[in-house]
This record gives sequence, structure tokens and C-alpha cells, in this order.
Amino acid sequence: MSASMKPSSTQPNRISAGLVDRTQTLQFSFNGNTFSGHAGDTLASALLANGVKLVGRSFKYHRPRGIFTAGSEEPNALLQLHEGARLEPNTRATVVELFDGLQARSQNHRGSLKHDLLAVNDWLSPFLTAGFYYKTFMWPKAFWEKLYEPVIRAAAGLGRLSLQEDPDHYDKGFLHCELLIIGTGPAGLTAALTAARAGVRVIVADEDFRMGGRLNAEQLSVDGMAGRDWVQQTLAELATLEHVRLLPRTTVIGAFDHGIHGALERCTDHMPDSGGKPRQILWRIYSQRALLCAGATERSIAFPNNDRPGVMLAGAVRTYAHRFGVAAGQRVAVFTNNDDGWRTAQDLSALGVEVTALIDSRTSSNQAVPNGVKVLHDTRVVDTQGRHGLTAIKLSNGQTIPADCLAVSGGWNPNVHLSCHQRGRPQWREEIAAFVPGGELPVGMRVIGAAGGTLSLGAILREAQQVTLEVLQELGYDGVMAAAPQADDESAAVTAFWQVRDGKGRAWLDLQNDVTVKDVKLAHQEGFRSVEHLKRYTTLGMATDQGKTANVAALAVLADCAGKSIAETGTTIFRPPYTPVPIAAFAGRARGKAFRPLRKTPGHQWAAEQGAVFVEAGLWLRAQWFPKPGETHWRDTVNREVLQTRAAVGVCDVTTLGKIDIQGRDAGVFLDRVYANTFSTLAVGKVRYGLMLREDGMAWDDGTTARLGEQHYLMTTTTANAVAVFRHLEFCRQCLWPELEVSLMSVTEQYAQYAIAGPQARQLLEKIVDPGFDLSNEAFPFMACAELTICGGVMARLFRISFSGELAYELAVAARYGDALIRVLMQAGEAFGVVPYGTEALGVMRIEKGHSAGNELNGQTTARDLGMGRMVSGKKEGIGQVLAQREALNREDGLRLMGFRPLDRSQMLRAGAHFVTQGAAVTTANDQGWMTSVTWSPVLGHAIGLGFIQRGQERVGETVRAVDPLHHSEIEVEIVSPHFVDPQGERLRG
Amino acid sequence: MIIPHPLLGPRDAAEFVYLGDASLLQRPDWQAADADRQFHDYLYLRDNPAGVHRELWFHEQGDRSWLVVTRDTLSHAILKVELAREVARAQREATA
Repeated sequence: MSASMKPSSTQPNRISAGLVDRTQTLQFSFNGNTFSGHAGDTLASALLANGVKLVGRSFKYHRPRGIFTAGSEEPNALLQLHEGARLEPNTRATVVELFDGLQARSQNHRGSLKHDLLAVNDWLSPFLTAGFYYKTFMWPKAFWEKLYEPVIRAAAGLGRLSLQEDPDHYDKGFLHCELLIIGTGPAGLTAALTAARAGVRVIVADEDFRMGGRLNAEQLSVDGMAGRDWVQQTLAELATLEHVRLLPRTTVIGAFDHGIHGALERCTDHMPDSGGKPRQILWRIYSQRALLCAGATERSIAFPNNDRPGVMLAGAVRTYAHRFGVAAGQRVAVFTNNDDGWRTAQDLSALGVEVTALIDSRTSSNQAVPNGVKVLHDTRVVDTQGRHGLTAIKLSNGQTIPADCLAVSGGWNPNVHLSCHQRGRPQWREEIAAFVPGGELPVGMRVIGAAGGTLSLGAILREAQQVTLEVLQELGYDGVMAAAPQADDESAAVTAFWQVRDGKGRAWLDLQNDVTVKDVKLAHQEGFRSVEHLKRYTTLGMATDQGKTANVAALAVLADCAGKSIAETGTTIFRPPYTPVPIAAFAGRARGKAFRPLRKTPGHQWAAEQGAVFVEAGLWLRAQWFPKPGETHWRDTVNREVLQTRAAVGVCDVTTLGKIDIQGRDAGVFLDRVYANTFSTLAVGKVRYGLMLREDGMAWDDGTTARLGEQHYLMTTTTANAVAVFRHLEFCRQCLWPELEVSLMSVTEQYAQYAIAGPQARQLLEKIVDPGFDLSNEAFPFMACAELTICGGVMARLFRISFSGELAYELAVAARYGDALIRVLMQAGEAFGVVPYGTEALGVMRIEKGHSAGNELNGQTTARDLGMGRMVSGKKEGIGQVLAQREALNREDGLRLMGFRPLDRSQMLRAGAHFVTQGAAVTTANDQGWMTSVTWSPVLGHAIGLGFIQRGQERVGETVRAVDPLHHSEIEVEIVSPHFVDPQGERLRG
Repeated sequence: MIIPHPLLGPRDAAEFVYLGDASLLQRPDWQAADADRQFHDYLYLRDNPAGVHRELWFHEQGDRSWLVVTRDTLSHAILKVELAREVARAQREATA
């Protein structure tokens, strides 16, 4: 009978309450069928309680798979949760906390889970061994992208994404503590109690929703009481202490530098609805000391067909029985190489579950034989039976034993992961046949309990207290020397046993990636002998579980092939995160528009009211143009803005330019050194254009700098480089010339600034400048600056500078007046037909005028290329001054910034086109330069461009081809002066 | 990483901007006869040691101090942090 056909009210495999709350029954669905479970269940325990064995299909062969573990190491039970935009693939059923209404589906099958059409892959398995796609799909080459890869990708793999935006919120946070305790098993809780009682600020994190680790999953006692009761008593005490923060449902995912740990808290994953709270929080935890108490993970044994649903880890079977009150099967067999596996048989037998056989690969054990259980020493499982779930096992002695669950224990691997996130490399410890932390641990970290290879309870408790007291001493606390919690030391004796050799058929090592013993052998045979190569070739240990249950056994098989020891073979490198972290958690709130800060100028609101179209310029939003009703194309708008500015007056928000206030006795000398040209000679009340070089002599940034006082300058930078220039100036000031008396302050955000350009600019200003200030050309000529008041006493700065080539000013006021000023300017300009213009018109006018901008100052060009070679003073110390003189940068046939216009005036130009002479082949060797900026000039009525071309200054009037092979375009252009409009500068001086 | 700022105490490395080798403090004399060669070496030749490295960090999200951080590039252990301004001054005095 199909499990999914059972009525929802019965839970046939529920044998006791365990730690679930049977008073709270929860309904959930799996593949559309409704089941019930209880509060405290995981999805896995509830499925097992309902007798559901088959939960998924394997990655490559589409083999039926069941629940294998009871923790985050689960390789098989990967389910898809929820529907719609909240759909989440690849969640491990073993860590999903059950809630009412939870919807889950199996994944990676075509058709139904039971009748997966892709199960045919299993029959094709001889062709699908390690590296099959490197070998099989080599020919014909063109088929790879179009045929093989899409088919393989569709057939292989795990769940699917919803492809909709995640509707949940995620957050990030910062926590500080003296001691971080990772894991709350017996070691973690003992450490927490010891530290907390001494008054240490402690954070205690556990990935589980129920703290207590294995004490919840075992029949062991601590201090004479049941382990689970001791856990509750300890947690109750910790919860009363203000300096202790308990973080359940929180996985510490990585140990980073200097005691910083990453942790993912799943805040609302266990609720039907997050209620507007963040679903998950990615914590950055700053700790002085950390105790890794992450426990150990059980490993399997490789034997033929060891992947059937019903084959589980022995410790997990115990966990389901004790913590969840669920029998993983009706008839359970145990296969072990260690004494811990015996406890599964003993405990299940004591709970009344039929144990059909206890099979031990060793020749003897001193453990007590459970009542009525058949024990077989020196025996191995050589095969299993059952199509969609285990029905029987075959033994090396020829017997067949009935079993619907086989509990396997191949020993325990300490969870060393976080101890290896810096430079640690685990070391092999023979007596427990496992790797333990080794090498250099992360700063401040100690490892205790099973994570460090201490596997028996009494020893764990003693060690936890001892080490914690040592840590307290390092932190400057006096630990309370109370007696450590007491417990018996159960036996964990193990004799390494990795693979059954006396059987036929595939024996799985990595269930998630379908890697078998044969694959590892094949990889070795083909020369992939380093563990890192083995991993890449076979995909061993990849994907969501990172081989937590697989890797060590696979290493053992590889070591065996190579005739080396496991210690010599070593492990692959452990990297964060310990378990998968959703990308959304890394993004946190930095999504969509909140991805990065958005900066608006004080005039933004006004521009928005005018219907401005905005463009991003760095973090800033700038008005690009101001469309008017009836304008159908942005070019119409821009042409109007340009023509009206050149004919009357226009206003542009230039607040975003970087502004740096420079003061001090040596301010002038400082500027001489950071600019290519000289500023110490600039008169007070004057402005000068400045070109800044990089130390390698290339042009970097430009702007104007005004001298406001004897020891007071105001520099402007381009919008894009404002931050970098300021950083560079601080570098020059602090690191290169600390003897100069100069101080710097970024004042970009302190001022709102507007350009007022056009023949009527002066008349407009006269209407708002307070009486007494003479704006006449004689009193306030081109390149003058002054501090003054406007609008009846508002402090302002006025600069007579021009980027457009018109008679122009820039007017700055404190940022808080920015909104008022643009409104005043527009009102005052109404009589003159003032027009606001955006960055596009600004760009058109600067190209018409031949001014350089970012396209020309692209890091590949020099002052000489820009036609400003004479500005680079050779008489003073300056950044870039020495290397600007390099021979290759001063070649006779060097580049020169020129203007270009199409011979056929109706043609448009393309930036990025390269210049080739008439008749020459279009080759790199014949490349003479490139077009940097193009526009359609409304003043001239045709397209114009700026660009660099070899010896351009000598070639005015020559026709060359502007070739753009990417766009299959070739246009004949004439080399002209870069100053298309007002080349003599009469307007801006007028 | 956490950088112990000489004035502000321990600060997260995310507050800083990294520049590189602190040899950038030793800018050559622009009037030297072989200034071009010296500037070439100054600008382009850097050691990239696996181990102790002196490097420049800028506290951009903080007090805008340039710092000389002595750091082990293998372990990320920070061995010493100084104000670059003071290091630069000391270098000047030593060569003067």
C-alpha cells in the first residue's frame, strides 16, 4: 500500500511522545497528500511517523531515496517547500520545523515520484560514471551548447526556482560578545553554564530549534537526571541571565578573521507567516573567544545498494526514536563497526521495536547483547532489496534478513569545519578513526566535545568545564570551580571499516551526488589522485551537504587505491558556509532601489515638479532633460534647452560636482603639487581651471579651483571622482607632505550650486544679487569669484566660469537654500525666457565648445593629448610631473584631441569608432585614434564629435574614415578644431 | 578583520579603504638625475610577501586617517598600526 494513501489521522510509526507536543496536531502536505504531525516535529520526523519512506530521487541516476539522517548533514531528503513566489527548493526535510499548513513536494523527477521517467538513467549507469560528460559528449563539438548541456541540465540537478521576486524581508545585524559558544550539546551547555555563572557576556548559538544536541536524542543521564531534563534545567538558568543571549535556529556559518563569525538566524521559517518580520538575519558576531562545540556527524559504510529508502544512519534512527517518538521502521536491522551502533539496537529493543539483526563487521564487542536480538560478528551486509523502500538485506554469510530499516554506523566524524576556515588542516586520529581539528585554529577558538574528538559523555562534560575555565582566565574572569556535571562514559570503541568488498553492485559513498566506490576507483585509475582533483572529477562532496556524510569514507577508498594512509591522503579544504545560506540573506535589505544609497540634490524636488527625466550619475540622480508637452523625442527637448540657453539664458543644477575646501598657510603649495598647473600664483578672487594627473603622468580629473582668501581655496572635482580625489588629497597631505600646513574638508553636500548660462545670465543675476555688488564685466570679469549676499542677505558664492561656452556663472548657497534658490532663479529669469537644462544639454554644449569630460579623461590620455601639454609645469614638484615626461607619452606622432564632422552632414556619428586614413585597410596597425564623444549640434545643425587622432593639430581639413566594425559602419569625417562654437571665447568673456 | 586604530580603537576593516604597500610613503626626489627611473620603481615595483607586510589603509568611514598597518598576509594577524602621517614625518627626520 502506498504511504500517501494512508488516512491523515494515523501516524503508524509514532511509538511515544518523545519531545514532541502531542496535544498540538499539525496538518501538512507532501506531494499533495495531507498528513499530520506534532509541534516539535521536523518535516522528516513527521514523514517517517506517517510511514513515508520515499521522499526524492537522486541527482544523476534518479534512484529512489529516503530520509538518511536527522540533521543538517542530510544528503537525500531535499524537498521543495511552499508555492508561488515563496517556493524554496532543496530544503533539508531533517531541519525543517513542522508547522500547520506546511506544503512540501519532492523534486528531481519527471512524472510522479514513484514512477520517475528519468529512472532510465539508472539503467544507463555504466555510461554515467565519473567524468562521463567529459568523455561522452566530446563530439561533435557544436552539439555541446545546443544539445548536450541543455539536456543534461534539465535531467540532472535538484529543485527549481520560482523565478519570482522573493516577497520576504531579510536583515543583517551585528553582535558583540566575550565568548561565542557554537553548539548546545553537552559540551556547549556545560561551557555556557560555566561562563555565564562567572558573568561573561556569552552568545550561545545552535542550528537546531531545540537546544540540547544529542542529549535530546539519547537515553543518557547527566547529574543523575535524564539528559533532556538537565538540558531544560540548564537552559532555564541561562535564560534568566541578562548577559547571556541564546540564539536557537542560528547556524554559525563561518569563522572569519580576528574572532568574527557569520551566523544565519532563521527567525520565521518555522511559522506559516512571517508577520512582516525579517525571515532570516545574517549576523556578524564579534567575539573575543569562541568555543566550537559542534558535535560530530555519523558516517555510513559502502556496501552494494546502500542507498535504498530505509537505509539510515544509526544515530539518526535513535534520534527519531527518542526525540520524536518515531520508529524509523517496523523491523530494524543494524550494521555497525563500532559500539555506538550497538546502542541503536539496545535502545530500539528497549522501546519495543523489533530488531531483526545486529551485524558487526568486527570479530567481537564487549557490549551487552540486547534482549532477543540476533548478533552476527565478523559479518557484512552485501546487498539490499526493495524497489521503493527496503524490504530485506543480504549478508556475507548468505543469510537474508527481513528489514524495512537498516541503521548503519561507520563511526563518527568530528565537525571540524569551522576550525578549518582559517589555516587549520584536520589531523587523523587513529584510535577514533576520524579527523580532528589541527593546525592553526581561528584566532581565539578552542574546540571541545565531540567536535574535538572527545566522544564519551562524561569526558565531554569534564573537558568542557576545564577548557571553559581556562578561557575565562584568559578573559580575566575568575571561574567558579563548581563540580563539572557528571555522567557515565559510554563506549565509543570503533574499528575502521569503510567498504564491503564481498558483494556485487554499486556501493554509494556520496548519496547526494551519486558517487560510488567505483567512481572513486575510476578517478584514481585515470590519474585524479589528489583529493581536490577527486572532488572536482567525481563531484564528491559538492552541493548542499558538502559531503558531510560522504567525504571521509571516500578518502579512505582513495587512500586504499593509492596504498597510502588516510592521514597522508588528507582532506579537501573546508570553506564557509557550513550549511547553505540563501543569497537573499547575504543581500539583506540591499535589494532593488535600496541596493546602494541614492543621493538627491536640494533642487531635486523642484526638478521632479517640472517633470524632469532623471539619470543616475554615480550615486546621484541628476535631471537629464525637462520635457515639455508636445515634445515627442528627447532630442527635441535637448535641442530646445541648448538653443534657448545659447539665445537667452539657462539654469542647470551642478550641485553634484565634488567640492573640497582647502585652507592653511601652505594651501597654495599643496595645490601646486596636486595639480599639473600652478595655483599659488592665483590672485584672491580668481578661479583657475586645474588638471590633475595620476602619478604615472596620465590625466585623471579636472575642475576649477577658486581662491577665496589668502589661505583659502575651494576646489571642484568631477561628480564621478569626488570621493577618489578627496581620498587622494588626504593621501598627499598625510603620507607625502606631512610638513605642509593645510587642512581639507569635503563640502560637496554642504552647498547647492547652479550654473546660470547664456547671454542674459548677467541680467538675471542682477535681479537677485543684493545691491552694492557690481556684476559688470569690468568689476567681475571671466574667472572671477566672490562671496556675496543674494535675495536680501543670504550668503552665497559666485563664480564666473563656463562649461557651456556662454557668458556663465555658478552660484552656490548653503544646501538648505538650494530648493528656494532654483525657484527664485526661475522666477527672476522668466522675463528673459529662462530655461532649465539637464545633463544632456550640458553634454551637447560642452562638445560644441570642445571641453573634455569623462570620455576624454578616460585614464589613457595625457595632458598633451588633451591639448593642455603646456599646462604641465616642469618647474615645480607635482603628482605625475616626472612620469608625464616619459618619451612614449611625448611622441611627435602622439594623439591630439580634435573635432570631427561628417562630410555628409546628414550622417550621425558613433562614439567608439576608430580613425583610419582614406584607402588604408581596417587593421589595428592602421588605427590612428578613436572618437570619444559625439552629439547632434542644434547650433550647427549637424552631427559633431570629439576624438583623439595622431598628430591631429597638423591635420585640420584632412578627411579620414571613422570605422566601427562592431556596428558595420564607416563614415567619412573631416578633422576640425574641437571648438565648434565661439572658438575665440568672445561669448564667455562678454 | 579588525584594525586597532591608534586613535579610535578596534574598528572593522569594512570602514577602511585599502591602498597597498606602504613603500608609497617613500616618494622619490623629483629633481634627482635619475628621477624617471626612481619614479618608475616607486610606482610599479612592489613586493608581495607571503608574511609580514606594511600597507596603507584609509579610514574613509571614520576619521580619514591614513594608517600604516603591519599585517601578516598569511594569518591576517595585525602586528602594528601607526598613523601614516607620523611614519612619514619620522622618515623625513631620518633622511634629513
